Formats: sequence, C-alpha cells, structure tokens
Amino acid sequence: MIDIILAFLSTVGVLSILFAAIGIMRMPDFYLRLSVTVKAATLGVGLLLICAAIMFPDISVTTKAIAIIFFLIITGPIGAHMIGRAAYFSRTPLWKGTIIDELAGKYNEETHELESDGKDTKGDDKDQEPNVAKTDEETE
Amino acid sequence: MITLEAYFDYVILPILSISVMLVFIRLFKGPSLVDRVIALDLVITIGIGIITVYSIRSNQEVFLDVAIILALIAFLGTVAFAYYIEKQKK
Repeated sequence: MIDIILAFLSTVGVLSILFAAIGIMRMPDFYLRLSVTVKAATLGVGLLLICAAIMFPDISVTTKAIAIIFFLIITGPIGAHMIGRAAYFSRTPLWKGTIIDELAGKYNEETHELESDGKDTKGDDKDQEPNVAKTDEETE
Repeated sequence: MITLEAYFDYVILPILSISVMLVFIRLFKGPSLVDRVIALDLVITIGIGIITVYSIRSNQEVFLDVAIILALIAFLGTVAFAYYIEKQKK
C-alpha cells in the first residue's frame, strides 16, 4: 500500500518536472517560459521530497524535507518576480501574438517606479509603444 | 510485479535526466540573458529532485543537506542576476 502511494506521488512529481522542461523548450516567449517553469518545477520537486519524507522512517528527514519545500515555496515566486521585472526593464521582447501589454508606459524609466495613471510621468516615455516582437525569431 | 526500486531506477531517474537535457538545450540557445538565467535556475531545481531520488535509492539521508544548500544557491544566484541585469545600462 505504501509502495503504491510512493509510486503515485513520484510519478506525478516527475511528470510535472518533465512538463516544465518541455514548456521551457516549446514556449514562444520569455515571460511564458517563466510562468511555466517556476510553478511546475516547484510542485514536482515538492512531491519528490514528500516521497523521501514518507520513505525514511526518521523524523530528521521529514524535518529536512519540510524545510526544503518551505524554502522553495517561499523563494520561487520572489526570484521569478525579480527576474521578470529585470527582463521587462532590459526590454526583452514579448511574443508577436501578444494582444495587450498593460505595463507599457506605466514604469518610470529612471527611477523604476510603477505609476498607475501615467499622466504625471516626467519625461516623454509615457507614450512609448509596447515592446512586442515582430517575428518569431526574436523570441524563438 | 515490479518493485519500487526498479521503478525509481528505470522510470523516474531517466525522465529526470531527459528533463535536464531539454533545459540544457534552452540554456545553450536562449536568445537573451534572462532566458539563460531561468534555465540555470530550473537545472538546479531539477538537480534537487535528482538528489532526493538518489538519496531514496541509496538509503543515505545525508544527501538532503546538499539539496538544502543547492536551493539556497539557486535563489541567491537568481536574485543576484536579476539585480545586476536591472542595474545595467543598455
């Protein structure tokens, strides 16, 4: 019975990791790749660590596994948000099929602050067009 | 009746290896720097999974300490890359 639970958990976890790897290969855009990988890889590694916590009868392994899962869940979104923000500031192009970029013109280019209405923005960067790629080769 | 050990050896670990290979393709050809940063982050995250499965298979729970350190290094690396990419002038 415990073997069936372990096989089920590890299968779901490893398939989730495989889908994250396929997604980082196939997605057409940096931002879509970012949204695929962080969630799926955190879920998969968390399920594999739960497998290890069930497998070892020791309490210290359970504590370590819970600590790693907690750390991954805390730090994953922080790192993803920081790298996505850095990519937007370094003008990584969006996918060519992007319909709307609601952040275009909302960021102050000098201070990197978000301003909601965009009317009071000093400088002339509030009417810049969205950074959408023209061809598939720009974002691959 | 297949055993759980054989299942870990012949199914779980090969799928994880294939995942690492797919991410390495993105790491080599990624068109921008940020693509390579998230590919490296994903490689380290899958590495934590491989270490976990290997520690299950070899009955050595000491390897989970390495997984803790790798999670810390992955987070610090991503944050440092993001900080300096945001600072750099085009």
